[in-house]
Amino acid sequence: MKFVLVISDRDNVATALQTLEPGRQLELGSTAVAVREAVPSGHKIALRAIHTGEPVIKYGCPIGLATAEIPAGAHVHTHNLASTRGRGDLGPAAPAAEPRLAEPVDERNGR
Amino acid sequence: MAADPSAVDLLSSGRPSFLGYRRPDGRIGTRNYVLVVPTVICSSVVAERIAAAVPSHGAALPHLAGCGQLGPDMRVTHETLGAYCAHPNVGAVLVVALGCEQVVAQMLAEMAKRHGKPADIVAIQSEGGTIKATEKGIRIASGFAERLAADARERCDVSELVLSLKCGGSDYTSGLASNPTLGRVTDRLVDLGGTAVLGEIAEIMGAEHLLASRATRPSTATELIQIITRVETEARALGLDIRGTQPSPGNIRGGLTTIEEKSLGATHKGGERAPLEDVVGYAAPITRKGLTVMDTPGLDVESVTGMVGGGAQVVVFTTGLGTPTGNPIAPVIKVTGNARTARQMADNIDLDVSGIMDDSETLDAAADRLFEEVLAVASGRQTSAERLGHREFAIHRRNPTI
Repeated sequence: MKFVLVISDRDNVATALQTLEPGRQLELGSTAVAVREAVPSGHKIALRAIHTGEPVIKYGCPIGLATAEIPAGAHVHTHNLASTRGRGDLGPAAPAAEPRLAEPVDERNGR
Repeated sequence: MAADPSAVDLLSSGRPSFLGYRRPDGRIGTRNYVLVVPTVICSSVVAERIAAAVPSHGAALPHLAGCGQLGPDMRVTHETLGAYCAHPNVGAVLVVALGCEQVVAQMLAEMAKRHGKPADIVAIQSEGGTIKATEKGIRIASGFAERLAADARERCDVSELVLSLKCGGSDYTSGLASNPTLGRVTDRLVDLGGTAVLGEIAEIMGAEHLLASRATRPSTATELIQIITRVETEARALGLDIRGTQPSPGNIRGGLTTIEEKSLGATHKGGERAPLEDVVGYAAPITRKGLTVMDTPGLDVESVTGMVGGGAQVVVFTTGLGTPTGNPIAPVIKVTGNARTARQMADNIDLDVSGIMDDSETLDAAADRLFEEVLAVASGRQTSAERLGHREFAIHRRNPTI
């Protein structure tokens, strides 16, 4: 069984498919990552250094911002990654995205 | 209703099919219940006893609402109960009223009749109490069950299916195995002209751009963004951080850190290409083929209650950590990608797709199995939740009880 799974080429984290012990060397294509600390099965490990405030990318999409300096091979979880969504504690939410297509011809009444 | 035909049966046209109950309104049922609907919490026990006395077909809809509710909540209660009375998995309706409540028993019975079903009402106050109302209700429900026993399933095209997509108790396997498996089934079903519905607005947050880009009308993309913004705005107005509940403590133990991460995994249920055709309110009718998003909360039972109300005849519920819940009138198929959960909660799991995690099964092979399971269950095969008597039902409410 594989040790980790990288879902998208754009990702800067991988998912551990079994518990990773510190010191283990992970070969991922052309790059190698040394596990820095224990990472439980199902949790994320940094594939490269991620700086404070930088997005953490999984599924090819941002899943939040790093709240601390994350070295390659570190465990990425609630201690160093935080959501940017639904955060009433942070003040105004981001403005709604514009619709992608041109103005609608809405077929329904009153909607 | 124990038919269990081969799911690979095809129509003469070579298309996948299932055996369902064709209703007078043209819709197709996958089950054939006598629905015993209490108008209000006060008549819920009588309704449950009546349904239990007619085990062949009885299904009760006990709930906590029906009185003391303000405008919008009252409307949602009425609409949800009405939607269940109209639902194609229901062949006949008995409304159990108290007599002084807000929900109007006649409206529910009329809704059933408009959809061509036999319907009747017993009211506890006018019948003279629990015992008399229960006795009369059992007589009426037994008569309905006798009529329904004569109904036969017939072969129906797969495009008649409305599939509810649900995940709960998610862990890292959900986004990697069970949800992508379900997503492939969604894409296939929609390619064949069928319908799928995705709820749980908070669990689209962070992945809405993926769904909005598949909207067939700009107004649909706008509506999706608007309801997600509403959920975020509500959290902001309360000064609250949804991280207390999204992801849940169990999700976090399972390795999910943020709502964006959970949403990106959860949204896989909606497939990769199925066009987003509509956005509808809680328990509102799903009228367009293709993918619909329904405005439901993330709470499992409220979410499934709403999507079944919208017309889903089968629910596929993926889980990582394992969860037992079902629905009173729709079969709920439990799928897990977590091998430990598949072993430990074997009673509750219908399909184990954990082979995807160790590369012993491909996503496509797992999707083949799930698609066959959906057709077999639609044709009458019982799910774990049905065998275990899981019939959870909860109407979403947003405001205080007065």
